[in-house]
This record gives sequence, C-alpha cells and structure tokens, in this order.
Amino acid sequence: MFDALAEKIQSAIGKIAKKGRIDEETLNKGLREIKLALLEADVNYKVVSDFIKDIKEKALGAEVTKGVTAVQQLVKIVNDELVKALGGEAEKLQLKSKPSVILLIGLQGSGKTTTAAKLANYLKKQGKKVLLTSVDIYRPAAMLQLEKLGKQIDIPVYLNQNEKDAAKIAKEALEKAKEEQYDVLIVDTAGRLHIDDEMLEEARKIKEEVKPDEILFVSDAMTGQEAVNIAKAFDENVGMTGIVLTKLDSDARGGVALSVKGVTGKPIKFAGVGEKIEDFEPFYPDRVASRILGMGDVVSLVEKA
Amino acid sequence: KKTREALNFSVFKGREVNEEFFEELEEKLILADIGVKTTLELIEELKREAKKKKIKESDKILELLKSRLKSILLKHKGELKIDHKPFVILVLGVNGVGKTTTIGKLAKQLKDEGKSVVLAAADTFRAAAIEQLEVWAQRSGARIIKGNEGADPASVVFDAVQSVKAKGDDVLIIDTAGRLHNKDRLMKEIQKIKKVVSKELPGEPSEILLVLDANTGQNAISQAKAFKEITDVTGIALTKLDGTAKGGIVIAISNELKIPIKYVGIGEKIEDLRKFNPEEFVEGLFS
Ligand SMILES: Nc1nc2c(ncn2[C@@H]2O[C@H](COP(=O)(O)OP(=O)(O)OP(=O)(O)O)[C@@H](O)[C@H]2O)c(=O)[nH]1
Ligand SMILES: Nc1nc2c(ncn2[C@@H]2O[C@H](COP(=O)(O)OP(=O)(O)OP(=O)(O)O)[C@@H](O)[C@H]2O)c(=O)[nH]1
Ligand SMILES: [Mg+2]
Ligand SMILES: [Mg+2]
Repeated sequence: MFDALAEKIQSAIGKIAKKGRIDEETLNKGLREIKLALLEADVNYKVVSDFIKDIKEKALGAEVTKGVTAVQQLVKIVNDELVKALGGEAEKLQLKSKPSVILLIGLQGSGKTTTAAKLANYLKKQGKKVLLTSVDIYRPAAMLQLEKLGKQIDIPVYLNQNEKDAAKIAKEALEKAKEEQYDVLIVDTAGRLHIDDEMLEEARKIKEEVKPDEILFVSDAMTGQEAVNIAKAFDENVGMTGIVLTKLDSDARGGVALSVKGVTGKPIKFAGVGEKIEDFEPFYPDRVASRILGMGDVVSLVEKA
Repeated sequence: KKTREALNFSVFKGREVNEEFFEELEEKLILADIGVKTTLELIEELKREAKKKKIKESDKILELLKSRLKSILLKHKGELKIDHKPFVILVLGVNGVGKTTTIGKLAKQLKDEGKSVVLAAADTFRAAAIEQLEVWAQRSGARIIKGNEGADPASVVFDAVQSVKAKGDDVLIIDTAGRLHNKDRLMKEIQKIKKVVSKELPGEPSEILLVLDANTGQNAISQAKAFKEITDVTGIALTKLDGTAKGGIVIAISNELKIPIKYVGIGEKIEDLRKFNPEEFVEGLFS
C-alpha cells in the first residue's frame, strides 16, 4: 500500500539514511514521521505520544546493526515495541467452570452476533459442547439472526422472544446449559453505547446473573480516536477479560488494536477476518504491528541483516 | 440518560498564540478524527494567518478555524430533494454502519410527508437482514419487496422496480448488504444493481447514499474513495453521532472528495435521523 504518507516516510528515510548512527536530530526527524504514520493508522493521539517517548529512550541506546541504515533500524525498534505492546503471543480463552460462560459486549454493529457464532463454531471444533443465546431484546430480528447462524453451524440457540428482561433470558439459558451438561454458553448482547447508563446497568445485571469466565469486548478494527474512551468505559463499567477485533479483512491499519490494548491492558484474543463463520482466528500481534506501521518491508530487511 | 463528558474547550480561550497552543489545537483536531493530512493543512493555514494578521488572541484563531471548517462543509452542501417520481435511493456502505436502520428512519420521514415508500430488501446475504428490514417497513408504514435469502440481489431490485412502476409509488429505497470497499467482487455487484435500476427507470437512482459510522477513523476516507470510484455517490449519511465520536472524518471527506453530507443518525429509534447541519456539527467537534 503506497499512500501519500508511506511515500513521505520512504523519502524522509532516504534523506537521512546516509548517516551511520542514530543521533538526536536524526532521531527526532524519524520519530516525527513515525508519529504521523501511527496517527494515520488511528492509534490514539495520547497513546502515540507516550509511545514515541519510550521509543526515543530505547533508540538512543541501541546498537546499530551492520548493513542497515539508522532509520531502518528505528523502524525495527518501533515494530518490536508495537508487537510487545500488542501482547506478544496470542492468549487463550480461560474456561474454568462447567458450564463456562462467555459474554460478548460492545458498541452497535461491531460484530457481536457474528462473533458469537464464529466463536461457537471454533469451540465446537475443539470438541466442546456449546450453547448459544441472544439477550438482545431491542434490535429488530436480532434473535432471529443468531438463530439462523446457529442453524448454519448446527449449534443450538436458546431464545425467549417474549421475555423483556435481558438478564432473565441469560439466567434461563444458563439453567439450560447446566441441566443439559453444556461445556460453554455464549451470550450475545444488544449493542450499547459506552455512555448509556441504563444499558450499562443492564450489562452488569446480565454479568451478575451468569458469572462469566470470559467477557469479550468486540471492537471494530476501523474505529478511530474514540476507541480508547469506548474501551475504557466498557472496562470500567462492565469489565472485560479480553478483546475481539473484527473486520480486520478491511484495509484499515488497525491502530485501534494498540489503543484498546494499551488503555485496558486486556489481551486481544481473536480477530474477525470476514463475514463468514470460518473467518475467525487467534490474534497475531506481529501481523497487526507491521500493518499499523505500514512498513513491513523495512522490518524484514532489518531482520535479515 | 446519557452522561456525555463535556470536554472543556475553554482551554483554548484567552491564551497566547504560540507553538504550544497550535500543538494542542492539532491534538484536538486529530482526536476528533479530522485526519492527519487535513489537520496539518489547517494548522499550517492558521499559522500563516496568525502571522500575516499578527493575531495574538487564541479566541480569534479558534473562530477562524471554525469558520474555515464550516466553509469546507458548506461548499459541498446538499439536501435530499424528491422532485419527481418514482425517485430511487440506493443505500451503500461497509458492514454494520447503520444502513438498514437509516433506511427505516428515512422511510418514516418520507411517509410523514405523505409519500408512498417502497423498500427493496436487496441484502439477501446476512442472516435475518430481510426480517430486520421488514420490521422497519412495518414501523414506518412502507411497503417491502423481498426475495429469498441467498437470492440474487439484482433480481430483488428488478422486482421492486417493476412493482413501483406498476403501482405508481413515489419513492423506492434499496437496502444492500454491508460490503467492505476493498473487496472487488462485492463492489462490482453495486454496478449490476445500478444497471438494473437505470435500465427500467432511466436517470435513476437519483440518490446514492453512502452510510458512514461516526466511530470510524481514517479508514472512512478509503471507504468514501472506493465507493465513489465504483459509482456516483451523491451524499453521505453519518450515523451514531449520539456516541462520543465526533465523526470529524467527514471534514476530510468533504474537503478531499467533495461529497455532501446529508443526514446524521443520532440514535436507534425511528425518529433519530436529522438533516445535516454544518454549524451544529462544527460546534460539536469542539464540545
Ligand atoms: N467483513 C467483515 N464483516 C464482519 C465481520 N464481523 C462481522 N461482520 C459484519 O458486520 C455486520 C455487523 O455484524 P453483527 O454481528 O450483526 O454486529 P453486532 O455487534 O451484533 O450488531 P448489533 O447487534 O446491532 O449491535 C454484519 O454485516 C456482519 O456480517 C468481520 O470480521 N469482517
Ligand atoms: N447509537 C446508534 N446506533 C445506531 C445508529 N444507527 C444504527 N445504529 C445501530 O447500529 C447497528 C447496526 O445497524 P444496521 O442498520 O443493522 O446496520 P447495517 O449497515 O444495515 O448493517 P449490515 O447490513 O450488517 O451491514 C444496530 O444495532 C443499529 O440499531 C445511530 O445513529 N446511533
Ligand atoms: Mg447483534
Ligand atoms: Mg443492513
């Protein structure tokens, strides 16, 4: 992808590449370009500022690898820091209870219902007996959507279309899961704003009712600067144990990954990479890191040197 | 009900105009998702003005910025004007932005104006997309034309056009499946749908509305570019402005791509759709 910024960075790198070591002036120039690259990727402004400060300290003390320019090396340092900040390796689900409950929460349209079905299918393939339920009593045809997805993957879906209390439906589903010896119950919830007090209260009630092992915050990879405030508000008001990043099959750079991980400290466990049920995988920090930076070529160059 | 945390923009008032002030302003603009490129351009421009006119007060710079933002938006202003019948509106956008909901809201407004409205359920892909639109048809009092799940969307559109022609309806609104702009096959499907419409009704669709989610960051530019390239987008509906996201990316889109913003969505209820108001929007960016 050669957008205007990538070109700008390449040329900046070209201009200062001749210098053999990273002095402060070279560094500041390079860091400015990298800062812009991160902002263009929708990494939160405040996260970027802190990040750049850390990198600067690291870079000034770095040994220079032979055969690569100072700025190339800097890109590599930034990339490694990104991978580290994104969480190194993919973290597994912690399913301790039987049945284990997984609660999905997030903004409207982020991909919760689709993720519920994807996750159910993923766990079924690992030999788990999975029950799905939807407690979305608001969105038109929300329950039907999950029911249809359940049919596609042959996983039962507990529904109570007449009940107007979301927490109560969750409770009924859990009872069914216990009685019928399910390993996992996945609870799909209605989309809600992080500033909607009533809806946050509802989420807390659902949580109280089912005592989930995992609360996964489902976040759209195309989200902009507000991602931090949204993730933080969900973490503080409902709580979360992990993050699912959806729509990574878009051409978004996915800076949101760094922002939500940075602000909540919670691991990104899965990525949604398409509309189909199979389009789902554990999250790989290194892939997203080079995507955020948009300079994967430079990174592999330094790695080979 | 909602506790919006009002960020104080008084921090920009009564300040000395210096590098630090501009840096903070830059941060504010980027945090509103206006985008790096447009932000840097705006800041450059303000710095030039400040120097040229020897402006020392921050209040003046802020006013200058606001009027500049408003003029960007006003330059490409546009409203949905239904001036003939049948009038066809094609609604497009990536997954989950709010297309179907916006159609439900818009249908209600047009019904309230006394028009007969037909909805075409051309999202035959996503589970229960048809049933979702059916609920919105019921709520708004619009008629719906649908096919089976998995059917060719173009054939549903064909049926809808025929029905509208036969019954003499005023407006046809076509709901399409969410599609990512970087997927060629799905993007080409739009051209097929459009061709079906214009073959039966020359000159239609009169309005091609692109729906964008206010929470979206820089990627919205890429979305708008790709949709504009594949078809003549005539307007934007910006949804979910009831959250905390500012939707500033539409400034960059208006500036770079010259597509007018026509509607904003401010909630999930049927009445939560407003005509876009540039003044209000710009004030919102700084609130
Ligand atoms: N391309 C792509 N589309 C996705 C992905 N995940 C979900 N979607 C699509 O995004 C749209 C919204 O997904 P839903 O699962 O309905 O989202 P939700 O969070 O349940 O929405 P609400 O219940 O309305 O809050 C649908 O069109 C999905 O097909 C993904 O990883 N990639
Ligand atoms: N808060 C808020 N939610 C909205 C708004 N507009 C739509 N939504 C919600 O966003 C979610 C997705 O809306 P849809 O209308 O299904 O979106 P879509 O673009 O048709 O989705 P796909 O067809 O799956 O691509 C639903 O939960 C809607 O209730 C809005 O203006 N504000
Ligand atoms: Mg849902
Ligand atoms: Mg839809």
